[in-house]
Amino acid sequence: MTQTAHLVVTRGTSGDDTHIESYDVPFEPGQSVLDGLRWIRTHHDPSLAFRFSCISANACKECMMLLDGKVIYACTERLTDGEMRVEPLANKTLIRDLVTEIAPPDERL
Amino acid sequence: MRQIETDVVVIGAGGAGMAAAIAASEAGKRSILIDRSLIGRGGATVMAQMTVAAAVGEQTEDHWTHHLKDTLAAGRGLCDERLARLLCEEGVTAIRKLQEWKVGWAAEDGHLKQVQAPGHDRPRCVYVDFLNTGPAVSKTLRTQVIRHDRIRRVGDLYALDIVLRDGAAVGVLCVHLHTGEPVLISAPATIIATGGLTRLYRRNSASLNMSGDGYAMALRAGASLIDMEFVQFFPIGHLAPRLIGMDPIMWDPFRYKLGGRLLNGNREEFTQNYGVADGGRYQITRDQATYAITKEVEAGRGSPAGGAYLSFEHVPEAELRKAFGPIIDKLAKNGIDLTKTAVEVAPIAHYHMGGVRVGVDMETEVPNLYCAGEAVGGANGANRLSGNAITEALAFGFVAGRNAAARAADTGPAGDIAADAAEGLALLQADGPTDAPNSAALVTALQALMQDYVGPFRTAEKLAHALAELRRMKAELGDTPYGSGGTYDSERLDWFDLRTMLVIAEAVTLSAQARTESRGAHQREDHPGLEAAWEVNQVIRLAEGTLSLERLPVIRETVLEAAS
Repeated sequence: MTQTAHLVVTRGTSGDDTHIESYDVPFEPGQSVLDGLRWIRTHHDPSLAFRFSCISANACKECMMLLDGKVIYACTERLTDGEMRVEPLANKTLIRDLVTEIAPPDERL
Repeated sequence: MRQIETDVVVIGAGGAGMAAAIAASEAGKRSILIDRSLIGRGGATVMAQMTVAAAVGEQTEDHWTHHLKDTLAAGRGLCDERLARLLCEEGVTAIRKLQEWKVGWAAEDGHLKQVQAPGHDRPRCVYVDFLNTGPAVSKTLRTQVIRHDRIRRVGDLYALDIVLRDGAAVGVLCVHLHTGEPVLISAPATIIATGGLTRLYRRNSASLNMSGDGYAMALRAGASLIDMEFVQFFPIGHLAPRLIGMDPIMWDPFRYKLGGRLLNGNREEFTQNYGVADGGRYQITRDQATYAITKEVEAGRGSPAGGAYLSFEHVPEAELRKAFGPIIDKLAKNGIDLTKTAVEVAPIAHYHMGGVRVGVDMETEVPNLYCAGEAVGGANGANRLSGNAITEALAFGFVAGRNAAARAADTGPAGDIAADAAEGLALLQADGPTDAPNSAALVTALQALMQDYVGPFRTAEKLAHALAELRRMKAELGDTPYGSGGTYDSERLDWFDLRTMLVIAEAVTLSAQARTESRGAHQREDHPGLEAAWEVNQVIRLAEGTLSLERLPVIRETVLEAAS
């Protein structure tokens, strides 16, 4: 049974004013927020930036972001019917959209 | 423009890359270890949840020649025997090294525990318990890497091309993902450790960054690739119910411990109809299980989600809890109670036997360009023996690191490489088309094409369709990168990934088309059965934008006869 999550995503780069974009994302129960973000890229806007590496195994720990103000891994949080507010981590430097600087300081360029 | 000079540059910070950087540093050379993701988090090693094969002889008496014999048998006559030997012989040292570094291999009664995986003649596979093998190996290597001042680690750096001077490697052209700016790393020795190509397939068990990056860089630099038709499908990848926060290959270790029954959609055992009774134990090899499940689904006897059931329902709860440990609770969070439910599994792309052609020193045909880990082709022939992937990552990584360091010492600094990288730099600075198609949708379309037409079972018709589609997609992609190349430009990243994925997909398809027999992981429904005349390797090269195939005799070694 397909349901619809209403993802409200904060977008933009550091320095610019960020803005909000909303997407209706159809999903089957059990799918993750990361699945939803990937669906937005393939169906609406490939420029949406978020980082992940391991695709839902929770091994790479890269897909950290805020969901309704709470720090989550997008790959282990499930989509729900209704509004879900997705933002970049608040305590890290913003790169673009949901991508923040999460590498340890001595592993940056 | 940013240019950094070092002795050895290592592309890819998974198991092989980290091992290579450590070995180069132990040999006294500086290195830069780069990754398109975070250091030690991307790639396949961190995802490995299973076992590591090495003849350490702790559980039972063993010798690396026995391991080699099994590796060659699994490879169905196509292993480069020099590389297979290196894997088995150096693998023992590598596993011991990790033990010294306190990786935590499971042990009991004063010896390491070794389990018997399919295809091995005795218990040979060490592991870290409860799905921690890969994460523990990654973490242990990362801890060692950090101890070496000579290793500089840089994440979020996407390697685009090997920079050449007079046909030899002098470093790497990269893009810094955060800024979109080009970065040059100048080095007298370069090591490709970027893993395989499983991202080409819709259902896969590996990371986003396994797009065949290293293969494509090596090809464009003038190296050749070997055995590209052999993609290993892992038969019992998790399919349903939807599982999050876990790797789809997670069921394998529990099959070692508990067996588990493979059942079709009618809840009947079926592998015996394909020649191998599994009998609730774990005896069926990967290619046999992939075949049996695929055929059962085609015959309309699949599970609801299109695979087979894997059932542990007959196993007492206490035994389940002992074998699964904390994983039982993770499964419960996903709504799975193994005493009451069978899960659904199906074959997923898991590993690639083929890769860059190297010698025993891990150097490619391009001088000063080395390769390590899954990116290397030849050691595993037509089918990889289970447990050999991490062993290979470590063994080949250490060997490549040592030899690259020696080369750097002989050659000296590569100097300013900006002029050598001019062509790649121009590509990076190009403005993208304004009417570009959806790049993410193109990636998805490519993965679907490869899954449906160049999957585990192939026909001339399917392969011809795939080839035509790949060439159409290549034309659609065009020569100009999408996007503007600014801060974290996902579309541009997709474009570069697609450039890689399309040429590598074509290499796989062309090799599969030419091989008119069935062997190991390459199964042609229109050419069933193995043919003696095909006991040859196929090697592929890129010249003037065109791929060309050549057949070469398998490289043999007499070490087995000498040892027995």
